[in-house]
Parts: sequence; C-alpha cells; structure tokens
Amino acid sequence: MPYFWLLALFLIPFLIVFKISLSDAALAIPPYMPTMKEGLGAMLSQLDFENFVFLTEDDLYWKAYLSSLKIAFISTVFALLVGYPIAYAMARAPTEWRATLMMLIILPFWTSFLIRVYAWVGILSTEGLLNRFLLWIGIIGDPLIILNTSTAVYIGIVYTYVPFMILPIYAALERLDESLIEAAEDLGCSRMKAFWLITIPLSKGGIIAGCFLVFIPALGEFVIPSLLGGSGTLMIGKVLFEEFFSNRDWPVASAVAVILLIILIIPIILFQRNEQRQQEAEQ
Amino acid sequence: MNRLSPFNVVSLTFGFAFLYLPMLILVIYSFNKSKLVTVWAGFSTKWYGELFRNEAFLDAAWVTLKVAVISSSIATVLGTMAAYTLVRGGRFFGRTLFSGMIYAPLVMPEVITGLSLLLLFIGIGMDRGVMTIVLAHTTFSMCFVSVVVSSRLATFDRSLEEAALDLGASPFQAFRLVTLPIIAPAVVAGWLLAFTLSLDDLVIASFATGPSATTLPMKIWSSVRLGVSPEINALSSILIGLVSIGVICASLVSKRHTLRIQREERAAERAA
Amino acid sequence: MVETVFAPWEDPNASPLISFKNVTKRFGSFVAIDDLTLDIYEQEFFALLGPSGCGKTTMMRMLAGFENPSEGSMSLSGQDIAGIPPNKRAVNMMFQSYALFPHLSVWENIAFGLRRDGVAKDVLSARVDEMLKLTRLEKFARRKPHQISGGQRQRVALARSLAKAPKLLLLDEPLGALDKKLRQDTQFELMDIQEKTGTTFVIVTHDQEEAMTVASRVAVMDEGRIVQVATPQKIYEAPDSIYVADFIGDVNILTGPVKATGDDTYSVDYGGEAPVIATSERSFSDGQIGHLAIRPEKIAIHSDRPAAPNAVQGKVLDIAYLGNLSTYYVELPNGKIIKAQTANTRRISRRAFTWEDPVWVSWSATAGVLLDQ
Repeated sequence: MPYFWLLALFLIPFLIVFKISLSDAALAIPPYMPTMKEGLGAMLSQLDFENFVFLTEDDLYWKAYLSSLKIAFISTVFALLVGYPIAYAMARAPTEWRATLMMLIILPFWTSFLIRVYAWVGILSTEGLLNRFLLWIGIIGDPLIILNTSTAVYIGIVYTYVPFMILPIYAALERLDESLIEAAEDLGCSRMKAFWLITIPLSKGGIIAGCFLVFIPALGEFVIPSLLGGSGTLMIGKVLFEEFFSNRDWPVASAVAVILLIILIIPIILFQRNEQRQQEAEQ
Repeated sequence: MNRLSPFNVVSLTFGFAFLYLPMLILVIYSFNKSKLVTVWAGFSTKWYGELFRNEAFLDAAWVTLKVAVISSSIATVLGTMAAYTLVRGGRFFGRTLFSGMIYAPLVMPEVITGLSLLLLFIGIGMDRGVMTIVLAHTTFSMCFVSVVVSSRLATFDRSLEEAALDLGASPFQAFRLVTLPIIAPAVVAGWLLAFTLSLDDLVIASFATGPSATTLPMKIWSSVRLGVSPEINALSSILIGLVSIGVICASLVSKRHTLRIQREERAAERAA
Repeated sequence: MVETVFAPWEDPNASPLISFKNVTKRFGSFVAIDDLTLDIYEQEFFALLGPSGCGKTTMMRMLAGFENPSEGSMSLSGQDIAGIPPNKRAVNMMFQSYALFPHLSVWENIAFGLRRDGVAKDVLSARVDEMLKLTRLEKFARRKPHQISGGQRQRVALARSLAKAPKLLLLDEPLGALDKKLRQDTQFELMDIQEKTGTTFVIVTHDQEEAMTVASRVAVMDEGRIVQVATPQKIYEAPDSIYVADFIGDVNILTGPVKATGDDTYSVDYGGEAPVIATSERSFSDGQIGHLAIRPEKIAIHSDRPAAPNAVQGKVLDIAYLGNLSTYYVELPNGKIIKAQTANTRRISRRAFTWEDPVWVSWSATAGVLLDQ
C-alpha cells in the first residue's frame, strides 16, 4: 500500500510540475488552469517550452542557479572544516562519553530549525551580540555588516547542517581500527602523517556522505537565505518561493523547480552510489 | 584511548559552543525586559505572558500539534510497511522505482516537494487546508520513518521469525508477535522523527495550506521576517526547553536500560 | 560385532518416518543437494555430518519447511510435505542461535507454540510445566532470555521445540556454543530426553565427536551428496571411502596395488620394504589400487621387531602429547609418515621412545579396512 501512496503523492505530482512548467501562464485565479479532470491528453497537447525559454532569457534565474551552487559548495567546505575535528574528537573520546556526546550533537536537530536560524538574526545584526562583543574587546572600530550578506548565509548553513556532516564522519571514524594508526606509527610515521595517510582516506566514505548530506539540501535552501541573506543573496530556493507566492507565477516556479531537480539528479545519484558502496564494504 | 589530546578538547569545546551558544542567547534574551537585543534592561517574564495571551499563536500551535500527531501516526504505519517491503520484499517489479521514491524526499529541497504536492492537490481538486497539510506531512514523513525502520529491520535476526513460523505462527502472526515488539524502539524513534519534522516544517506547510489553516512555523516566520521579536524568543525558549528535557530524559532512560540488561546478562553467566 | 537392539533400518517391514527420494536443491546455478535419497526411521537419533557447505543445513531447512526441493520428493509419515509451510508441519526446530524471543519470558517462550495451536489454558500450563521439569528450568520460568546463562538458554530452546511433541525434532548444531565440559554433559542429556520422549531427532553438525556420541546412525555428507550412512561403529571401523575414513577421527592410509594372497586376504604394496597384509570383505582384483586405512590406536609401537603380521621400521619424527594419549609420528624409509597412538600408561620421563629413535610399528591383519575409493 505504501507503494501506491508514494506513486500517487510523489511521482504524479512531479509529472504535473513538469507539465505545468511547459504550459502557458494563466491569468485567472487559481493561476493554473488545466486540471486532471480534462485528462492526460489535454495536458500533453498543451506542452510547450515557453517557460523554460523564459528562464534562459532572464538573467535572474541563471545567476540564482550559479549563486546557489557556489554558496552550497562553499558552505559544504566550511561545514567539513568545522565538522571533521568535532567528529574526530568524538571518536577519540572515552567510550563512556560517546553516548552523551552523540546526544549533545543530535539535540539541536530536534529543536526547531526555524528557531535556530532565527537565533542568528539577533547575533549577526549590526546591533547584534557578535558586533557588540567584538567592539567591546576592541578588535574592530565599526560594527561589521554580516546580516543580510552571503557571509551570514554561510554561517547559517554551516550551523544548521553541521550535525549532518558530523554524524557520518563520526560513524566512519568510530569503525576505524586504532591498531592501523599504531601500525603506521610503528613503521615510522609521524602522528600528522598517519592522520593524512590513513585516517582521512579510511574515513572517505563518511566524508563524502556528510558532504552530500549538506550540499544537496543547501542547494535548495529557502529559510536561511531569506532570514539571513539580503536581496543580494541569490539562492534558487528563495527565488522559487518568491516566484510562487509573491509573483503568483506558478508555471515559471514549476520550471525553476524542474531545472533545480535536474541539477540535483547527479549529486543524488552519486550520494546513493556512495551509500551502496559503504553498505557493501561493511559486509 | 583514555584521555583526549588538548587539540581534541579544544575542538569539542568550540564545536559545542558553536552549536549551543545561539540557543542559549535566545533563552537569555527571552527574559530581557527590553524589546531590543542591544540593551539588557533587566529580568522579566512579561514576554511569556504576552505569548500566552496571543490567540493567533495559540491557535496555530494547536493546529500544528494536531497535524503533527495525525500525520506522524499515519506516516509511521505506512513507513513501517514500506520498510518491511523494501527489506524483505526481495526483487519485485518496480523495486528500484519504489526505493528511489522513498529516498528522494530525504534529499530533495523542500520547495520542490512542496510545490509538487500543491499542484497535485489542485489537480485533483482538493480544498486546501488542514487536511492537505496532514497529507503533505504524511508523505514526506513516511520516507523518514521508512529509513529508520528499514535500517533496524536489516539487522534484525531472521531466525527469530523462522522460529515463530516453525512453532506454528502464520507469517502475519510472526510479524505481530515477534518482529514488531522487538523493532518497537525503532518504530517509536521513527514516530518521534516524523512528529518533529511535522512540528517544525515551514516550507511544505506553506505550499500545502489553505486560507483557513496556519501552522506555528508559519506564524513564527511571518513574525521574524520583520526582525527580532521577543515573543518569538519566549516561544523559542519554551520549545528548546521542552525538546532538551525530552531528549535528555530519553537518553538517560535508554542508557539505564542498556546498563541494566548488561548487568543482568553478566549476573546470569556468573551464576550458571 | 555386537548388534544394537534398535535398528529399524534393517527391518524390511518398517516404514520410514522421513523419506527423501531423488531430492535435488539448487540455488541459482549452485547445486546444494544433488539427487539425494535417504530414509530416516522413527525414534532414531539421526546425525547429518559434514563440513560447511556440504548441504546438511539445507536438508534440515527443507525438512522444516523453509526451503523446498527443486526436484524430487520428501515425505513425512508417508505424506508428501513439499508444499506445506513451516507453521503447518508436525516438525519443530532447535536453532543454532537458539532464537529465543527476547521480549518474552522463558515460560512464554515455551508456551508460544502451544498458544498458536489454541491449546486450552490448563492443558497448556501443565505442558509448559512438564517441559520446564524435563529441562530442569523450573526456577527460571519468569526470567527473560538475557537473564539466564548460555547453557540455560540452550535448554529453553530445547524445551520450546519439544513442547508441541512433534513427530520430528531438528537440531541445528545445538552444542556449538557450549564449552567442552558443558557440551559433554548436554550430549548425554539430549540422548536421555530423546529416549524418554520417543521423538525422532535429526541433528546437524560438523563435529564428528558429537555425531558419534549421540547418534544411532550417522550420514556423512559431502558437496550435496550422502557418502555413507551407518551406525557410528560401522562408520568408524568400516568406512566406505577415504573421505569418510579421514573425516571421522584420525587415520593412516597406505595406497598401492593389491594382490590376493588367500581367502579374503590381500597384500598391499604401498612402496615400502615389504607389502602389508590385510583381510577384506570387499573383493579386489589383482593389480587394482587399494587403500588400506588403519586407525592410529590400532598401531602398536616397539623398540624391537615384534612378532606381528605387519611390522614396519621407521624413525620417530614427532610426538604429540595429549595428556592421556601420545601420538607418535613415525617416518618410514619411503617417506610415508604413520601415526601410532598409545595411551600414556607410564609417565613421560619414563617413556620408552623419544624423538629420532628408531622404532617398529605393527598392526594385525584385521586392524585396517581395505578401501577401493
């Protein structure tokens, strides 16, 4: 039974999105005119690529896609730099602590996503806590403008998604056999070298999984760029949402969605492949 | 490894500080008499009072709660069924498609799933409101539940089911009397996950809702768009508090349970 | 040889409880069971013995109903059971991992099968108590599986599988997880219970000592085929082939062309100084290659040449000291190594032979078995 549910609620709507993006913009409310009542034939007969062409003509969309890719990519890198040391420290911690540490990493995840992003608004604004702190200890003379810039978006994405980076890496590191490091050191490796030559390659699966778990959702993020980014921060999720709710241009919104999905297909497939390889390695 | 190196200690400290300070700050400022973040005007609980007098918020909270309970319950049933099909089904027709559909919402940006669902609702001529939000949440929650339950099912010892069959249970009885009680913790975890996701969802609810229904996240969103709001701080603190208590309790209970079982096993071996 | 009293397989009028007729089982292209025919009689304690992958577990799972034969037929009490699902067969299984339901108490575990049959409450209760008494678990009835030891869990698994008084009980490597001392005690307990309840037991094991101890008959399997079915005595003393001789216990094999020297007596030219003599019920033609299989305990070791039909000279290459026994590895002039085993009736320091000593090994003409394969 879940099969049919999924089929109905997922595949069919997706086909509809595809269809709509090819149809003309309707002016009436509801904006979208042809319904399934008219049958599949009617839907197909109205296929055309007008909306997709529109996307290519207007600069906004191209820029938004590219900007999203850039922001998602940079955020993923930062998340990796922040998350890996934490995961590593967790994996090295005494065994009794690990359950508690794990709980502490997961706890923020159960807290509302929206609230956690909102918290940064108060911190990053010009009169916010971060600026007040930096001014107070004298590092800067004028308040930094962080809120409503891309930087705030980077911070926001890293903050929200870093647990997703930590967990797979931690899982991979925990499975790592410490005697491998000891063997390397026994054979003459320094600590740092052993880390680069052994630990990192062996935790590769976890690193890749973590990166995808951050990159893919970050690409389509809406809340973070809306709250923390400014009008200058272009992300496709935000564009889609605004296209839909502000401009009420559903067909264009659909076209935007379809292209975003196409962009995502390759990372999603790569992610699934990595997961499969991980599972097989475990067996 | 018994002691952590200083580097690791620093990593952990900074890491957890990074994760928790923003939430801590929210909680502190929810008690700030002044509206502004810049000024600390003294301790006050007046924002909590304002929050509870705000009818719109309370209504939205109630709707959100209802939706979360209903959608997560249905999602848990469907997700468990899906997980069972995936793990035990072997190779059936359309398996790759089914598996893909299950895992897709996990990584798909919410704007896309939201839009698709909305168009479906329009397409079948359904009035949008609380019902459509429930349907929407059930759909994507089901996928998360499925992931949680199927990972537990995959490691489940099948000889237990075989023993049940061998002793005369029908396949359904074996599932009901043996498998289900044993994977129950995973099913409960799935329910909790679905509940949390539903409670917290903004984007999909925005797409799937109608004029009559507003959820709490949507209310929060409309408030914070305009900037910092102390009532939201208060609400946030309440939510953070509830979640923290819940997670810590669950963690303690689980830990005590595991320790007790280990102790009993060891005692049994020694006594034999 | 003394005849065992219980031997239904020799009775032409007895009909088997279980019958495999030309059963073949394939998994994809892999043939797990190859054209197997076998009869098992009521009240037997039957052992399926063989290395991993020989198909013994597959056979058992087919009896239980978890697999179905690709070809051939299986019958239980004369009825074809091929399509019948496991929950509808009068067969119960004791799993290797015990498969005790962790969320149910010992009492509930044992009662599980009876409950599925809808047995009346008082009858059920009496039966469970009976099983608890049989396996000496009365004190642990309320405990959960994780609260009892490994040996106790094994007894719960046994009690649970006997609760429904099945016609056939399958035991999948039941003693594997137990330590040696417990294993020996449990072996006798199993035999006891089997006799008491009169159930037919089929045990699957790779441990030949176990099979030899408990079984009334042993089937040695290899690669999906049954190589020999016989009582433990016959398997040990009169194996059919080198495979069986080698699989069970230790054995010396001397191979060479055979020549008849008298009534049922042959000489085997194994390449040593002189051919050895053996009696054989099997007939051989002159020149046919024969394999003489002699058990180490049947070979005596001496410092001077003994007066025995077979006496060969050699040098002590190695001694394996096992506490109660010593196995002497004696190297013969042609390079062949013979294992001779004697009980350590004297202390080691007073032992007659040591490394590098020249010795004579000897055995009688009837000590070995002459095999043709």
